[in-house]
Amino acid sequence: MSGIGGWLRRGLIGLPFLWLAVFFLLPLAIVAAISLTESADTIPPFRPLFGMAAAGLQSHLTLANYRELAEGCLGAYANSLGNAALATLLCLAIGYPFAFAIARAPGLWRHLLLFMVMLPFWTSFLIRVYAWIALLQPSGLVNRLLLDAGIIAAPLPLLYNAFSVELGLVYSYLPFMILPLYGSLMRLEESLVEAAADLGAPPWRVFVGVILPLTLPGIAAGMLLVFIPAVGEFVIPDLLGGPNTLMVGKLLWQEFFDNVDWPAASAIAMALVAIVTLPLLVAQRLLARAAA
Amino acid sequence: MALLEITAASKRFAATAAVDRVSLSVERGELFALLGPSGCGKTTLLRLIAGFETPDSGQILIDGVAMNGVPPYARPVNMMFQSYALFPHLDVAGNIAFGLKQEGMERRRRDARVAEMLALVQMADFARRRPHELSGGQKQRVALARALAKMPKLLLLDEPLAALDRKLREETRLELRGIQERLGTTFLVVTHDQEEALGMASRIAVMNRGHLAQIGPPAEIYERPNSRFVADFVGAVNLFDGEVVAGSDGPRLVVAGLAQPIPLPHRIDRQIDRQIDLAAGGRIALALRPEKLRLSTRQPDGFALAATIASIGYQGGRSTIHLATASGLALRADVPSATAPGLGRGAAVWASWAPGDAVVLPE
Repeated sequence: MSGIGGWLRRGLIGLPFLWLAVFFLLPLAIVAAISLTESADTIPPFRPLFGMAAAGLQSHLTLANYRELAEGCLGAYANSLGNAALATLLCLAIGYPFAFAIARAPGLWRHLLLFMVMLPFWTSFLIRVYAWIALLQPSGLVNRLLLDAGIIAAPLPLLYNAFSVELGLVYSYLPFMILPLYGSLMRLEESLVEAAADLGAPPWRVFVGVILPLTLPGIAAGMLLVFIPAVGEFVIPDLLGGPNTLMVGKLLWQEFFDNVDWPAASAIAMALVAIVTLPLLVAQRLLARAAA
Repeated sequence: MALLEITAASKRFAATAAVDRVSLSVERGELFALLGPSGCGKTTLLRLIAGFETPDSGQILIDGVAMNGVPPYARPVNMMFQSYALFPHLDVAGNIAFGLKQEGMERRRRDARVAEMLALVQMADFARRRPHELSGGQKQRVALARALAKMPKLLLLDEPLAALDRKLREETRLELRGIQERLGTTFLVVTHDQEEALGMASRIAVMNRGHLAQIGPPAEIYERPNSRFVADFVGAVNLFDGEVVAGSDGPRLVVAGLAQPIPLPHRIDRQIDRQIDLAAGGRIALALRPEKLRLSTRQPDGFALAATIASIGYQGGRSTIHLATASGLALRADVPSATAPGLGRGAAVWASWAPGDAVVLPE
């Protein structure tokens, strides 16, 4: 009876798993394998993990890449994590009031504001980051306005430093914070807010006691959506950062393209995956508890 | 002095007046019902009292204190929401304790009060449950306990029974009344269900389109409605529109399609309505409750309408019988099923009533 239907259902359910296995798990396994081998002047530029040689089965299995990473790259990781964490907190601090205002706005305004949040996506990410260079450089719009207004005497060093990287991260990832927060706030029933006020809670206690705990899933989702890509971000530190803002994404690029050291680059990538998985697991726990 | 005193309160939303110059007062210890169809403004009036809306004009006094500009969290009232609005992130005890925490009540007294409230609504075994683990009836009890925990001077209940199924609704109605009597708290209940209002309230205010239509105890609202709207909304009714003519034994009503003029009651409650014109030529309406109609197969003495039975709705103890006169006028009678044997569809009957059982209304 359910012959064809059953197969169809299994096929439909299996398809995403197949997709994940082929395009996600398999490449990840390959990267993991490369990270455990030695680099070589061959094409591709690494030795196979196991190979046959005159002396029999030969292994190139090594943890040297990770050892090097632990010795030389901790600064870049700390930098990336710190920058991403700061960007996440800033996005939350800016995004929460923003999302709150959108969710409370009357019908037409709400759509308009939401549209404005998504408007930047209509322009390429790269172009928007380049636009910041034009804005922030010494002869850029911001400095010229401040100079002309007589507020500053000499151009401020706004570009190619930690400030511009942080600004770029917050600017680029703010929508990813606002949208899940907005969703969470829209699901919040107005009657719960009224009930809290009715029971004697002044506005700030309504926020702390009811609104904040009930929008925790949105906060967690928004923080993940900002933090994870921000940790591995390459374009923003490369374009807006100075020569000494070393972040993991930039390091990875250097190892892969400049030094042609695929095993080292793979080790950097695997370590990043491991670091990012941790907050993901924590957030998942939190979301599961909130859903229960 | 009344506990709640509303003077000419009005509230408009865009073009419509949700509450239009409503004045009423609720005494201490009353179980007062605001009754009306959806959109009549009863919920808006409740929200004005709770402080979620501000009146455009008029005044609301609670226990003698003007509530203008007083935010909801500073008012001596609590509300039980129609949706219950239980906090999903807190357990039952946490929900009940929420208001007490805002007061800054110390832990030991708070726990004691929560336990007391749980016992009051018979939910002591459910203190650690989350709202989503409760049935509709249990949620209703928790919502009531939470609203009562702060011992408000006035408890507002927005359609407290609407989300329950019929059987549970009747039980809960009695329980709610029992709790109200035990605590002596003043209850203001908003409902669209006339049965609920009649069966629970000590006084009822019927609202229609933002206005107060009538205020009075349940029996008065039912037996002596002051308008077509109240007569029709509260319970079922037969309405006759017509013109008053003078008769030998007092005024009678000429109704289009009826051969005989209907005798009018001799006594008219002038206190309830002064607009009624009983002089010949005046146009009025006559309301008659279905259970006041008597059916017989033989013509009784005095006034009676000849009709045929169009349908019989058997409801167990009582039956609703729809009649049609020769001219097509529809009547509804509500009789004990035991007194209606032998009456079948199509049977010819005589419908009569005591003139004093009908109520004269302005047209």
